[in-house]
Amino acid sequence: MNFIPPDFAPASSEIFMLIMVCVVMLADLSAGENRRYVAYLLTQITLVGCTVLTFLSFSTETVHTFSGMFVDDSMADILKLMVYVTVSAVLIYSYVYISDRGMLKGEFFSLVLFATLGMMVMISASHFLTLYIGLELLSLSLYALVALRRDSIIATEAAMKFFVLGALASGFLLYGMSMVYGATGTLHISQLAQIIQSEASSKEVLVVGLVFIVAGISFKLSAAPFHMWAPDVYQGAPTAVTLFIGSAPKFAAFGFVMRLLIEGMGEMVGDWQGMLVILAVMSMAVGNIAAIAQSNIKRMLAYSTISHMGFLLLGFISADSNGYSSALFYVIAYVLMTLGTFAMIMLLCRTGFEAENIEDFKGLNKRNPWYAFITLLLMFSLAGIPPMIGFYAKLAVLQAVVNAGFIWLAVMAVLFSLIGAFYYLRIIKLMYFDDPETDEPIASNSEVKILLSANGFAVLALGIFPQALMGLSLYAIQNSM
Amino acid sequence: MSFEFPLLSLIIWLPIVFGIAVFVTGDDRNAYLARWISLAGSILGLLVAIPLYTSFDPTTSTMQFVENHIWFERLNVNYHVGVDGISMPLILLNCFITPLVVGAGWEVIKERVSQYMGAFLVMSGIVNGVFSSLDAMLFYVFWEASLIPMFLIIGIWGGPNRVYAAIKFFLYTLLGSLLMLIAFIYLYQTSGGSFSIQDYHQLAIPMTPQILIFIAFLLAFAVKVPMWPVHTWLPDAHVEAPTGGSVVLAAILLKLGGYGFLRFSLPIAPDASHFLSGMMIALSLIAVVYIGLIALMQADMKKLIAYSSVAHMGFVTLGFFLFNSYGVEGAMVQMISHGFISGAMFLCVGVLYDRLHSRQIADYGGVVNKMPMFAAFFMLFAMANAGLPGTSGFVGEFMVIMGSIKLNFWYAFLAATTLIFGAAYTLWMYKRVIFGTVANPNVERLNDISMREFVLLTILAISVLWIGVYPYPLTDAMHTTIDHLLIHLNSSKL
Repeated sequence: MNFIPPDFAPASSEIFMLIMVCVVMLADLSAGENRRYVAYLLTQITLVGCTVLTFLSFSTETVHTFSGMFVDDSMADILKLMVYVTVSAVLIYSYVYISDRGMLKGEFFSLVLFATLGMMVMISASHFLTLYIGLELLSLSLYALVALRRDSIIATEAAMKFFVLGALASGFLLYGMSMVYGATGTLHISQLAQIIQSEASSKEVLVVGLVFIVAGISFKLSAAPFHMWAPDVYQGAPTAVTLFIGSAPKFAAFGFVMRLLIEGMGEMVGDWQGMLVILAVMSMAVGNIAAIAQSNIKRMLAYSTISHMGFLLLGFISADSNGYSSALFYVIAYVLMTLGTFAMIMLLCRTGFEAENIEDFKGLNKRNPWYAFITLLLMFSLAGIPPMIGFYAKLAVLQAVVNAGFIWLAVMAVLFSLIGAFYYLRIIKLMYFDDPETDEPIASNSEVKILLSANGFAVLALGIFPQALMGLSLYAIQNSM
Repeated sequence: MSFEFPLLSLIIWLPIVFGIAVFVTGDDRNAYLARWISLAGSILGLLVAIPLYTSFDPTTSTMQFVENHIWFERLNVNYHVGVDGISMPLILLNCFITPLVVGAGWEVIKERVSQYMGAFLVMSGIVNGVFSSLDAMLFYVFWEASLIPMFLIIGIWGGPNRVYAAIKFFLYTLLGSLLMLIAFIYLYQTSGGSFSIQDYHQLAIPMTPQILIFIAFLLAFAVKVPMWPVHTWLPDAHVEAPTGGSVVLAAILLKLGGYGFLRFSLPIAPDASHFLSGMMIALSLIAVVYIGLIALMQADMKKLIAYSSVAHMGFVTLGFFLFNSYGVEGAMVQMISHGFISGAMFLCVGVLYDRLHSRQIADYGGVVNKMPMFAAFFMLFAMANAGLPGTSGFVGEFMVIMGSIKLNFWYAFLAATTLIFGAAYTLWMYKRVIFGTVANPNVERLNDISMREFVLLTILAISVLWIGVYPYPLTDAMHTTIDHLLIHLNSSKL
């Protein structure tokens, strides 16, 4: 029997990433206590290298490798590029924060890179096992990241909750996958679609499996009623880690839903559509209403995430490329806004002071009008007010929903986003209408200042000219379906 | 008429660019610079708007000064602007009010001057954008964006209860707008992927969707107008807003709602408009009569004028739903005239407030002894607010009453009570504030109006009298468009 080596080229960026994680760990060991920035720089270099490799292997057509377990298509490439940019921005934003809190260690960077690798594998998976491996690599790295400050009780508690609930969700997912395997006899996502189409499998078993898979997905997306972990983890984790959890993994989650539900079980749209409707409505309701009662900004943003995930699910409901590309656009917009918002929270933190409460935004306009203005843009964008990008994200999704005939759902969605507008307005009120409690100037290094300004500006500029990003989302989806 | 030069874009973007320039001047050390840049920007904004009137062709109802560019293809949204006889006077009104607002805040605003002035200029441009958009999505973007500066103006420079008022203002308006957004998306689907307002005008829609669309629009526009019973944000917002904010709110932002009825509700859902006109007339008459009575009871001058605004805007919506040319044209004249009069009334209250920092009627009395010149101006505007013949207030109200008497005597009768109530609440307030003996030592120390205030009030006084005596240039510009609208309105779209 001849051994035919698989085609490694489509997975070149993943392989590069894996090698570099080991390099980062070793380099950090030998760099010593005073040269921790080496790991930081190497991590950034890794991300740049991955970007180059992904660009080089950018495929306009779908390429399978490793016996069909791994797929490289334009959606995967675009999502991965987004992930690199996001992770890189996360690291720039968090550098000062983590070095002030003694977290500037090799472990932080290698865990972040492992998590990134997990996301990349998830995005490119075309087999249940690959998908699961990617998911677990991501999840386990995240659990460890949350618990990185082991002397913090609240962080340890959050990590514990995250781990237990996350493991439960993985269990659900595996159980669902095994049911689907039982019904169809395959773990390959592309074959799965064909078998479901040919109706050669038991519908009942498939639907039961589907229910568990959707539950597992909802856990990972933090959609209600599987959202319990999100507020505790967001609050308990160090803000830099919260920023990481809240941003890049959303791309992976999007890829996850696309691979599993749309590519694998797209034929069963009639079955999962109703489930997603319920999840979306519950998420928007729980997220928006519970966020009003929060006084902790990170907790509030966790509920805000839940409501945004509800909106995101609406994009899948219409079950056409228009809807999926709207959902992708929504994810990109959401990550852009989340990045800026958490970066602002970290800016408000000082050595020995954690900005945790929404009150910490008080009088920001008097302390630093420029950052206040950027936060204003971010908040209006999160609330979905034009001309910010958040509005077009909502518009695209709503248009897809109305197109699919769910006008009542669109009405529900806008009513909940009206409720949501209140707590974003409250932040603006604190910044602009109230007087500051401290006159301490906001210290920031120039990278953060430039990046945050670019981030805020992008929220506005991509709102005024959304064409390019909308086109990119549509391209990513259409080219891989 | 083709017009190569992008005049409308200039009218929209020039104030916004100046507004950003004002923001850039930064903190209050440069307040002097910020004031002069904003004055220059607002006057320039008015000057560039003049060709809009002089080159306007009043004999056609088609859109003029049209610009149409693709904005984003994915949803087929275009940057499509143009004006007709309905929007042109409103744009001019807005450009006219902006320098006055800058002038009104000249010395009064001492904190964060650049943010204050910049917000007004940006808002002026945005409002021009609302009035000239011919693409529903462009309209929506401008419409919502206008909330942001106003929210900040009320919240930062307002009175003690400003936060409550600002958030109430924002959420009320947002509720209406979001439902309008759903209506737009629905129309986008039924029209086969177009956001063009003119396409919507021609689109045949069955009765049930028409009624739903009408209701969605109604909520958006009724909140802005504001109609009874969704008017409660207005007194709160007015009382807490700084003088400039009140002027813009009353003179400009309320007109957005009225404009929305003419541009969207009536032509897109004409059958539903006819079907629901009884309800609309009833709501308008409640606003005229009931809110007029409420105004009588107010102890706060700004609240009184705010309620009087609601009553006067009731006249506007009444005029729209009479479906005859007297009614609609009268409503348009009333909108423009209300812009001048309410702006002037709020300026007058602002003049008093700047001196005594009180808006309570009871804190004044005998002001005429100390401020004779001011008393004379205030008299003129109070009379105009009451609808005295010879002032602009009379023309619009008279035309709407004429329009309603054609339809039903009792409509006209109830509408005409405004002439009594309006006179009662305005003149009673005037009497208590201005006449009598000097009420207290604070009033004793009052100085008469400054040169700046004199100029502002004179400009408004001339406008009020001019439209009162010779409204022809105004009615002429809108006549053809409104006739066309009425013909369109009286043909079914089912």
